[in-house]
Amino acid sequence: MSDDLIQRVISVIAATQHIDAAGITPDSTFEELKIDSLDGINIVFALENEFNISIPDDAAKNLRSVRDAAEGIRKLLESGDAPAPAAV
Amino acid sequence: MRRVAVTGLGVISPLGHTVPEFWTSISNGRSGIAPLESVDCSQLRFQNGAQVRGYNPLCYFEPRDVNILDPFAQYGTIAAREAIRESGIEWTSDLRERGAIITGSCTGGQSSEDQQFLELYRNKNPRINPFTIPRIMGNAAASRISMEHGITGPVYNVSTACSSSNHAIGQAFWMIRSGAASVAITGGMEAIFSLGFLKAWEAMRVVSPDTCRPFSKDRRGLILGEGAAILILEPLDDAKSRGAAIYGEIVGFGMSSDAHHITQPSPEGAARAMRAALADAGLEASQIAYVNAHGTGTTANDCTETSAIRCVFGHHASRLAISSTKSMHGHALGAAGAMEAVATILALREGLLPPTANYTTPDPACDLDVIPNEPRKACAEYALSNSFAFGGLNAVLAFRRVD
Repeated sequence: MSDDLIQRVISVIAATQHIDAAGITPDSTFEELKIDSLDGINIVFALENEFNISIPDDAAKNLRSVRDAAEGIRKLLESGDAPAPAAV
Repeated sequence: MRRVAVTGLGVISPLGHTVPEFWTSISNGRSGIAPLESVDCSQLRFQNGAQVRGYNPLCYFEPRDVNILDPFAQYGTIAAREAIRESGIEWTSDLRERGAIITGSCTGGQSSEDQQFLELYRNKNPRINPFTIPRIMGNAAASRISMEHGITGPVYNVSTACSSSNHAIGQAFWMIRSGAASVAITGGMEAIFSLGFLKAWEAMRVVSPDTCRPFSKDRRGLILGEGAAILILEPLDDAKSRGAAIYGEIVGFGMSSDAHHITQPSPEGAARAMRAALADAGLEASQIAYVNAHGTGTTANDCTETSAIRCVFGHHASRLAISSTKSMHGHALGAAGAMEAVATILALREGLLPPTANYTTPDPACDLDVIPNEPRKACAEYALSNSFAFGGLNAVLAFRRVD
């Protein structure tokens, strides 16, 4: 997985949670970062905007770590069947 | 039945961010009505409003909380903090369980709704911020206050347009009086300044193009306002025994419905609510010295309210002092009654009746003593505060000075 993608995910989480990106690693879990379920859906919203993708509900529910998020996004971007929203 | 004391007050309003600032303005007849900031008025037929000025949410909340709370809920939370702090209540687990929070908000977080739907409809952004639902729900402030202070008893929000917070305070009053709760945090909150909502008010043709002049012949309508006011209620005996500072007493609450028209007020309905508040308090009309009027400054309200007051008070109407503090804090809809409750309680306590500001010309259809422009020293014992809502829903509170 590209470092660039991981770094973008970390930046989004840092900005969304108002925390320092330096304290987030690829292996950080949401629990460690004190990200609750409502924070989680807000991060999914921010990641959808960042990568211009649409994350399905089932995938959104199963995010537990930074790596989960980055891996899921990579798959969505590679499969190309994550329909990019019409316009922003 | 237990007597009910008011032991804490909190306000954030166009007249300042604390109770002392609010009272200083109200008691000097200074208006918070000014050109609207933060809204593009080029599409509007009116340019003035009563906004909370110089407000920075980050002075009160963490960034994460600002994301989750619409300004209406922020205002309610801030006013509750001040009221609770001033009450000096020491929370125990029993008191938290026996504590109630009853708020009034007419519109909830509608400016958040406006912003997010704008993204969807106009900007064609397919995604809505996931905090939109928790931001717009009408109980957002009540829930936030319960979480901040650990209140686990009955907590809910009342939405009855412009009567919301009088209905809320009245319910809380009855719960304390009956023993259903041991302490109540009650009042109202509103934050309405979004273009969509202002356009909707413009379409009603009741908003003044200049200022709010209640009961004045040249009145041209209401001026919209925002903010929050919160009262802490507890049994008078408990308040005394813990040595609390007591701001005043709530002694009666009356409600009625016009069952008449969705926007046109009826004097009969308003009169029945005032009579019900007097009966609930066990008071004669002649014992009332001051009425904080609904006094919106619309053509319809002010003459209807005048005839309702004449109907209830008869000859005593000519001896009553009446004022509309909406001429200063604007019409904060669901928060209006709570701001007016604070103004009324402090007026009785301080012996100083707030004026009706911006008054210029007597109107024969509003021929009561409306305390024009200048505050008046008066040793009043009992007062009423009126709220009459669109939809014909009326709620009146009765207050007593505590010496």
